[in-house]
Amino acid sequence: MAVMKNFMAWVDARLPVTQAFEKHMSKYYAPKNLNVLYLFGVLSLLVLVNQLLTGVWLTMSYNPSAEGAFASVEYIMRDVEYGWLIRYMHSTGASAFFVVVYLHMFRGLLYGSYQKPRELVWLFGMAIYLALMAEAFMGYLLPWGQMSYWGAQVIISLFSAIPMIGPDLAQWVRGDYLISGITLNRFFSLHVIALPLVLVALVVLHLLALHHVGSNNPKGVDIKKHKDENGIPLDGIPFHPYYTVHDIVGVAVFLFVFCGVIFFFPEMGGYFLEKPNFEAANPLKTPEHIAPVWYFTPFYAILRAVTYPLFGLDAKFWGVVAMGGAIAILFVLPWLDRSPVKSMRYKGWMSKVALVLFCISFVVLGVLGVLPSTEGRTTVAQLASVVYFLYFILMPFYTKWESTKPVPERV
Amino acid sequence: MKKIFATVALMFASAITFASGGSTVHLEHMAPDLHDKASLQRGMQVYSNYCAGCHEMGYARYERAATDLGIPADIFEANLLPAGKKIGDLMDNSMDAIDAKNWFGATPPDLTLEARLRGHDWVYTYLKSFYEDETRPWGVNNTIFPSVGMPNVLEHLQGVRHMTCAQAPAMDEHGKPKFDTLTGDILTEEQCNVVVQKTEGQLTEAEFDQVAYDVTNFLVYMGEPSRLQAESLGLKVLLFIVLFGIFAYLLNKEYWREIH
Repeated sequence: MAVMKNFMAWVDARLPVTQAFEKHMSKYYAPKNLNVLYLFGVLSLLVLVNQLLTGVWLTMSYNPSAEGAFASVEYIMRDVEYGWLIRYMHSTGASAFFVVVYLHMFRGLLYGSYQKPRELVWLFGMAIYLALMAEAFMGYLLPWGQMSYWGAQVIISLFSAIPMIGPDLAQWVRGDYLISGITLNRFFSLHVIALPLVLVALVVLHLLALHHVGSNNPKGVDIKKHKDENGIPLDGIPFHPYYTVHDIVGVAVFLFVFCGVIFFFPEMGGYFLEKPNFEAANPLKTPEHIAPVWYFTPFYAILRAVTYPLFGLDAKFWGVVAMGGAIAILFVLPWLDRSPVKSMRYKGWMSKVALVLFCISFVVLGVLGVLPSTEGRTTVAQLASVVYFLYFILMPFYTKWESTKPVPERV
Repeated sequence: MKKIFATVALMFASAITFASGGSTVHLEHMAPDLHDKASLQRGMQVYSNYCAGCHEMGYARYERAATDLGIPADIFEANLLPAGKKIGDLMDNSMDAIDAKNWFGATPPDLTLEARLRGHDWVYTYLKSFYEDETRPWGVNNTIFPSVGMPNVLEHLQGVRHMTCAQAPAMDEHGKPKFDTLTGDILTEEQCNVVVQKTEGQLTEAEFDQVAYDVTNFLVYMGEPSRLQAESLGLKVLLFIVLFGIFAYLLNKEYWREIH
């Protein structure tokens, strides 16, 4: 024990390890009323680590070439010891990442976690979400199956809808006239090096910003207003050990579901691994129905919902604008909410109705994005898209007009 | 235990099958059984004798299949391994893709992942759905794969079938048979796209169904050879997580006792 103590003293004199542990863990005071929705942050971190580690092992056996990519994935599935497990952990992890991130973002909307002073926490989080979408999109091309190929073809061709520079831009992204081994190589490089670096850096910033201002809570009470004589928030408890033991239980529940999928339903009925992707990419054969993976479908449905040309620009361009806008508008959320209270518990009925409608529209768009479009479905998608945008556009008004309930002093 | 899992898996599958989209043709159902080694061995035998000449399984190796199916290496090498192949080789063949395209109109697809791509019900139904059609180059067509380029290699087992007008079960708009409300019998009607037996083959209908089942079962195994390993490891992992979760819960409870 004395040896350990001397060793830590030696290290601490040179690198503030103990100080950092105290700042972020044992003396980081979190509100004691955090509920189950606060688990999804730590679960995102867990899935990120899962993706990084399994990704390292997949890269050892994967062959990033148009000729060898598809076969190398099957080589991993058949000839590499436990390769099937590593691959299913990675493919299921991709979907799990979006599940936990969407729930994490929903928590933010529900309890106003983006409000002052946590605007930067929200902005870094949104940047993570954007990087994650790019990471998932590029990773999806790598197995080089039919859906990989044609999904990428559809999404990259969206760039060509931009007036003037569009077609050249799409060609610049592809590095070729159509998706080819060149595209595969650059996506591989971005997927395994560039974007993971960006993701990890953004996660560090997200956490540093969070730990600087402290965690919000379901009541939206500022726990720093009431401190004891030592400057410790009266309603705060040290993150370690209280929330670490809490989170371990959550991790166990999450892992039970996650492993259930990995071992028993890795295809998840065609949602996590799409059936056409069991056939190698064929540039001469278009699949009957091209649908993006489920986590992109809400935005894909918004893209398809725009069917009117405007100002001499065709509908496809405005679809791309709407799709981009649907993601971009989330960034300015902290400045749209004018409510004096953070949590939905103390906001008025208009905010509550708005959030419910927003969630319904998001799910409806997600379902419609999976299905082939028909006239009726397009009408529903248009309606849902309008609801999606109105949630944000009207937010400055309804959050200001509605009467709120008083927020308690203590949690 | 296995039955419970199968039931849960089936419920899961039926709840989310709409994701896989698919055609409107009616597929016959078959339930794969990867524990039925005899069926898988017979399936591999049929594949080796009838399919392997044209259809590769180029992502899989003979040795893995022989080991998983419980076929001793010496018996496998003597009976199922093509001449010039080593048991550790990939299960590909020497047919040139361009020649194949000229001969059949399309290169015969690799079958390693066919069951995962199209589903086992499709494969099973496809094998049983050939019928005589003089307008096609090989004299046969297929009800669920119109204008198919493949000859019916199993015809001498199944016998010749042809399309004619006959009494057949009447279907409602959902593809389900209509019933007589009084007697409960299936209603029939005259239809002119009914495939019926023309001449007998070497096998009875039930025996041929078994052949189609075995081949499909084998293709399901080939699509994901790790399936059984995954399920047995998965049970252990889930059990561990439950135990871990119980201790984690108790630890959490102990720490939080003092927090109010």
